[in-house]
Amino acid sequence: MITIIEMMNVTKTYSNVVNALNNIDVIIEKGEFVYIVGPSGAGKSTFIKMIYREEKPTSGTILIHGSDITNLKENRVPYLRRKIGVVFQDFKLLPKLSVFENIAFALEVIEEPRDIIRKRVMEVLDVVNLKNKARFLPQELSGGEQQRVSIARAIVNDPRVVIADEPTGNLDPDTSWEVMATLEDINRHGTTILMATHNREIVNTVKKRVIAIESGRIVRDELRGGYGYER
Amino acid sequence: MKGRTLLRHGKEGMKNLGRNGWMSFASISAVTIMLLVVGVFILLIMNMNHFMDSVEEDVEVRVYIELTASDADQEELKSELQQLKHVKDITYLSKDEGLDQLIASLGEENKEVFESLREENPLNDVFVLQATDPQLTAKVADQAETLPHIDKVDYGKQVVDQLFNVTKVFRTIGVILVLGLMFTAMFLISNTIKLTIVARQNEIQIMKLVGATNGFIRWPFFIEGLLLGAIGAVVPIAVVMGGYHYLYANFADRLRLQFAEMVPVYPMTIQVSLILLAMGTIVGVWGSIASVRKFLKV
Repeated sequence: MITIIEMMNVTKTYSNVVNALNNIDVIIEKGEFVYIVGPSGAGKSTFIKMIYREEKPTSGTILIHGSDITNLKENRVPYLRRKIGVVFQDFKLLPKLSVFENIAFALEVIEEPRDIIRKRVMEVLDVVNLKNKARFLPQELSGGEQQRVSIARAIVNDPRVVIADEPTGNLDPDTSWEVMATLEDINRHGTTILMATHNREIVNTVKKRVIAIESGRIVRDELRGGYGYER
Repeated sequence: MKGRTLLRHGKEGMKNLGRNGWMSFASISAVTIMLLVVGVFILLIMNMNHFMDSVEEDVEVRVYIELTASDADQEELKSELQQLKHVKDITYLSKDEGLDQLIASLGEENKEVFESLREENPLNDVFVLQATDPQLTAKVADQAETLPHIDKVDYGKQVVDQLFNVTKVFRTIGVILVLGLMFTAMFLISNTIKLTIVARQNEIQIMKLVGATNGFIRWPFFIEGLLLGAIGAVVPIAVVMGGYHYLYANFADRLRLQFAEMVPVYPMTIQVSLILLAMGTIVGVWGSIASVRKFLKV
């Protein structure tokens, strides 16, 4: 197995507050699909942000695909992010760019030639089933469609891992399943997926590895777990 | 950076102007209005300076030659005056010419009284000196005073000193006003541009998240700022060139009769236009880049 993400003894302290994350040890292998669950404010977001280096750990070591990003220089951060696709609850699409342009943007950044960009964008639009919406603006799409565009953007440059921070948080149940199906599809093609979620139904139905974080600690790590926190 | 990336930045910068239509319009308007004020003001100040130059040019040193000096003495004096430092020009004014000027300046009613003087002209022959720089007039006068065959040297010390004091004050005020205005303009323009970019904070954040380097994010903003400034400078430049051309064509002759010269249209309007263009683009780029930098520290 190839290790994609490895955290050793990772602690994150924000000024004044108690530890947001406390001595986290975790290994995520290539091709895994992992849910990160836990109550709000437990540290899920911090956990995820440290992987694509929006946050820096206070202590400990983080390896991404074998390379240590703990002390990554500021000007190397963009190159790390090109290996990681990120999907957000609020989609974070550029409102004035078309669907095509939004996805192409991730490739323009790495200076791919135009013809390759065109080809790749059409490929991923096919994967997320939005080929006929390429010229639309984000606001002309439904929430589920917008989230699929953001997934397409996340996978367009073939990242080693896709991180989804509550991707279904803003969607109704039906569209949530749509998005979930797309993520599973991508996972089947070998991309590692890390998904922070509050969606009990999805976690309990599509059984995957579940990491539960509470008060900054990993309290549960099951290979085919459920959501827990049943009322 | 690859050539096609630079091309991409150029296109992107231009497209952004359109995508942010109203924001671009606001920025361009700010540039236009401020540069218009600055441009008109520079023209005013330059004309005021020009006017003061011409007043100062009129300052001259009168060297009154001793009544007893022979023609040979006069020749000698003239060559000695010519050798003085800072002397630009010497003209000879004989006592007869001097009297003519005096009589002419006194007007009709006194004419007859002075006509009688023609028989026994009490005036001196005079050398009129002009200094290379009006400010050096006093120096020239001091030097001239030491030469032989001179009755007295006069340059209207009191009046000239006052004149120079006044022009100095005016010039200083002019420079301070122009600089202050330019500074205010730059501040206002860059602030307007900053506001429009704050509205695009999200955009920059997304660019960072998909792995754009800071340079990559900055380039289109650089070009956008450049265009905002350059487009904003178009109207002010047209007004400066056209408006001044019109004023000059219609008023220069009339003003000349009042002994006030306007600065010729060229090359001044070209210079002012270049200043405006430079200000517009520099401020545009500066405002744009400075505000992006704030959001790059994600």
